[in-house]
Amino acid sequence: MSDLAIRNLFIIPTIVFLIVFNIFPLLYSLGYSFTDFRASTNAPANFVGLDNYRTLLSDPFIWRNFTITAKYVIVSVTGQVIVGFGVAMLLNREIPFKGLLTTLLLLPMMLSMAVVGLFWKMLYDPNFGVINYALGLGKFEWLADPDMALYAIAIADIWMWSPFVMLLSLAGLSAVPKHLYEAAAIDRASGLYTFFRITLPLVAPILMIAIIFRTMEAFKTFDLAYILASQPTTEVISIRLYKMAFQEWQTGMSCALAYIVLIMVLAITNIYIKYLNKVKER
Amino acid sequence: MAHIELRGVTKTFGAARALSDLSLDIADGQFFVLLGETGAGKTTTLRLIAGLEKPTEGRVFIDGQDVTGWGAAERDVALVLQQYSLYPRYTVRQNLEFPLKSPIRPSSPAEIAARVARVAKTLRIEHLLDRKTDRLSGGEMQRVSIGRAIVRTPKVFLMDEPLSALDAKLREALRAELKDLQMNLGETFLFVTHDQVEAMSMGDRIGVLNKGVLVQVGTPHEIYTNPINTFVARAVGSPAMNLMPGAVERGQAVAGSLRLPLEGAESGRPLIFGIRPEDLELGGEGAPARVVDVENHGVEKIVTLQVGAQALRATVPVTLRVVAGDAVGLGWNPGKVVLFDQATGRSLRHGG
Repeated sequence: MSDLAIRNLFIIPTIVFLIVFNIFPLLYSLGYSFTDFRASTNAPANFVGLDNYRTLLSDPFIWRNFTITAKYVIVSVTGQVIVGFGVAMLLNREIPFKGLLTTLLLLPMMLSMAVVGLFWKMLYDPNFGVINYALGLGKFEWLADPDMALYAIAIADIWMWSPFVMLLSLAGLSAVPKHLYEAAAIDRASGLYTFFRITLPLVAPILMIAIIFRTMEAFKTFDLAYILASQPTTEVISIRLYKMAFQEWQTGMSCALAYIVLIMVLAITNIYIKYLNKVKER
Repeated sequence: MAHIELRGVTKTFGAARALSDLSLDIADGQFFVLLGETGAGKTTTLRLIAGLEKPTEGRVFIDGQDVTGWGAAERDVALVLQQYSLYPRYTVRQNLEFPLKSPIRPSSPAEIAARVARVAKTLRIEHLLDRKTDRLSGGEMQRVSIGRAIVRTPKVFLMDEPLSALDAKLREALRAELKDLQMNLGETFLFVTHDQVEAMSMGDRIGVLNKGVLVQVGTPHEIYTNPINTFVARAVGSPAMNLMPGAVERGQAVAGSLRLPLEGAESGRPLIFGIRPEDLELGGEGAPARVVDVENHGVEKIVTLQVGAQALRATVPVTLRVVAGDAVGLGWNPGKVVLFDQATGRSLRHGG
């Protein structure tokens, strides 16, 4: 196939698709974020300058949503890294049926978010849920308890996405040359010393990439939280955004909020990437 | 300082047998070289002594103590591998400090600094101390990995082809340095190589391994002049020993169309005559031979000769004028001829 044919067949459709579905809405919503447009009425949009941003950033309820989101991100990503990396450490050795075991462990990640949400709703159910039965908690209301609900959602998220961290960690761990461990054994390094001095520094960059992906995703989390609980304490920023846009029909305002979220995610990612480069250099 | 002993060691990996009933004795302070081809079991032997592998059968002793069940860390050995095994992302200094900072037996910061400085000086890597290991050349990396081995004083130094990834010049230089180092430290070294020149030039004693069996152990001189069988005769020396199947008839060695004087050997028995290239003589009276090829090596010439169907190689002084195509008379030094039994390949001197 000629270069021209490749361009016409693959590259141009991709670019058109990107422009129509990504770039155009992005710019269009940026425009809306400076107006008082409401998609539910026919009233024309009035330019209001930075008013939407000012209102949002001084709204204590929005900050509450951000705080909830931050708490969720920290709990969920930390959990995924601990569980995922731990399981990867366990799998990183010669064991029978390793391939099969790894594939099975990856299953949660391949399920639909909505399905996982429904699964866990049943698992958490105070009347017939398996979790209460297994832990002997009686009729504990996981998802109705305002303090517990957010953690319950995070646990479901950890269950679903630890395999992702595990997969990347496993790739990183198996890339550590075996002779380094042998050299360390000869140098009489203890297991813990070897882990912190050899394993962790060598796996850190790829683990960092896993953390970046998971943080971005957790920050934007919507499906799980929406399906599992509807508490004020579980209203992460995406849910607030959804309600603002499609229940309250504050289109202009919600566009501004979307931009604030976008800038925050970009900022966090940037910090990570700077750190990643530092880790790589070392 | 330690004495190493392997007693009846067999090691199998699944169905593959890496070592069969290997017994080996390495005296305290000795530079012992294990020589063998790829897959002969050299590295396995070394890893068994290091404690990275456990023998399937047999026992390993260090200083008379049975260490068969011990792990690598407890055995107190140092290991230098072909692939350097430097810890990535660390500087040379951090690499050298690593064995000293191990929590099993930590040293004081002052002692660590003193030891690292001394090793860096010995190996002439002082200017590299603060460099990252991935910014080093092959020779520098190998020096650092040797440094990491000698920075603490282990009982035994084990080296697995540490020089084979280096270029020829550097290899020669490091060969001499390693030998010096061993003499200065007075420690037990076990050095594994497939390079017979390394083995001959460095070893106090050489062990020749073939397919997991220790064929011969001796000083380089013994191995060279008195190989136990045709395998060792071929493995050691460059060019290798000339081996000619034939028999003795009336005080003459007869191999194909070649007839040369040989006294005192049993007549009629099928033999293999072994003669080193430097013990062949060209010119004068002797068996008629034709020169096929002449390689000039500066200090000597290696001449390939055709005698009947036999190809022989002789080393002669560069001053000898000889060109391909010449017809020459071939003689030998009968006292240097090694006789091997044709059926078993064993040297008659070793009771074959």
